[in-house]
Amino acid sequence: MNGRLIAPGQARAPALVLEEPLSLWGGLDPATGRVIELRHPQHGATVSGRVLVLPAARGSSSSASVLAEAVRAGTAPAAIVLGEPDLILALGAAVADELYGVQIPILVLPADDLAAIRDGATVDIGSEGVSAV
Amino acid sequence: MRLVVRAADVLQAERLIPIRAAHVDSCLYHGQATLDFVDRMVDGGAAVRVPTTLNVGAVDLLHPELWRGDPDLAERGRLLMERYRALGCRPTYTCAPYQLAESRPGPGDQVAWGESNAIVFANSVLGARTNRYGDFLDIAAAVVGLVPDAGLHRTEERRAQLVIRLGEDVPPALMDDDGLYPVLGIVVGRVAGGRVAALDGLPPGVSEDRLKALGAAAASSGAVALLHVIGSTPEAPTLAAALQDADPDEERTVDMATLRAVRAELGGDGEGRIVAVSLGTPHASAAELTRIAELLDGERVADEVELLISTARDTLAQVEASAVAERLRLAGAELLVDTCSYIAPILRAPHGPVMTDSGKWAYYAPGNIGAQVVLGSLAECVASAVAGHVVRDATWGTA
Repeated sequence: MNGRLIAPGQARAPALVLEEPLSLWGGLDPATGRVIELRHPQHGATVSGRVLVLPAARGSSSSASVLAEAVRAGTAPAAIVLGEPDLILALGAAVADELYGVQIPILVLPADDLAAIRDGATVDIGSEGVSAV
Repeated sequence: MRLVVRAADVLQAERLIPIRAAHVDSCLYHGQATLDFVDRMVDGGAAVRVPTTLNVGAVDLLHPELWRGDPDLAERGRLLMERYRALGCRPTYTCAPYQLAESRPGPGDQVAWGESNAIVFANSVLGARTNRYGDFLDIAAAVVGLVPDAGLHRTEERRAQLVIRLGEDVPPALMDDDGLYPVLGIVVGRVAGGRVAALDGLPPGVSEDRLKALGAAAASSGAVALLHVIGSTPEAPTLAAALQDADPDEERTVDMATLRAVRAELGGDGEGRIVAVSLGTPHASAAELTRIAELLDGERVADEVELLISTARDTLAQVEASAVAERLRLAGAELLVDTCSYIAPILRAPHGPVMTDSGKWAYYAPGNIGAQVVLGSLAECVASAVAGHVVRDATWGTA
């Protein structure tokens, strides 16, 4: 697969595939790393240490802070894979890198490649590219 | 500057352009990381280069006694709000800076605004140009006075890609009711996602307060940053203008069945006892506060109901000068500024049922504060606050 990294870094972790877009603000509790949006199909799932795969981010512009706080609290996903670029999450990752020296790579994949990633598959985002097994 | 350049890279922009103003959302406490960030800016001697307003924070600095949560959290929230003043930002603390005469950008003005409802309002209703600036980038742009030349800053990117039409079965009486707009907004957000959409079929000249409710809801359920409302918003005098004379990529129709289903999902069918009514999300305008006072018409809110109205401190000062604030307080309403009742522990009984007129409140409050929500029009909300239970008018019918 070939994608575009909008936040740099490397990660190898099991995928958590979200069926619908998520706003991290109002949708993710940075204290626990859980999806708290009640209407979301993956409500209650824990994103910590997973490669979070979702079609798109959406909603509030406060999601950048939530991502940075999740990094500080140690509950952040290992990486994020999106179907479309999201500036807000990219900035959250950039600030987390500046403040805490932790990189959360954010990868944008074409829809077909994104859909091919199954929940629980090991996703490897490395210098050589991306693979999902 | 590094953050602004990173943003330019993400957006694949070729250059940076100057902005006239900024609205900063970063002053709402989301944990230690938000304090760590502003400390880094203040310690580095940063200051804003353009007039900069501040979004809501975690606490009502003018009425701190309304806070019912952990005092340590309130202190951190307060500290963050104050730290942004040290960067030269104006302490407006409102999610509706467009309601303050001195911070309303004009058509074509390049700005960097945060806060999803403010972004969609600036682009759609004012014709100003901003992308969806998130936390950190909003203040970074204010400090350098520059943003990437990309997205909605560029004329061609403001073309409606999608046309959303109101179905022929949507009655004109409903279009003339406040209760339609939050529900329609949630539908529009879901259909549009992150695309620029044109909404066709509403009567021309929809009021600013209704456009505010529509946009805020659309920006909650979708990443909507620009919504052309044909006949009401400045870049959409006609559908062809909103489409920039091109063909839309997609056309969708929203019928009554969809509107009813979404309304029900948001608690629009809720009945019975309520413990609170929350109004003013986004912050109530002076016109809305006046209307609430008129709807109360000298009646008092029921003893067991808390009526909470969120507004901007500047708007409160404005209505203090008239008799409106006093009329609201005499009726038993509580006026909250600088923050909002779904991000701060303010409500006496947050689990509800809480009635609101806001699609955005109805969308986020269940997850944020665990509220059971009942959605109604402004008139239904006020009548219900007085009655102590949900009062419905006939606008949506019974079907």
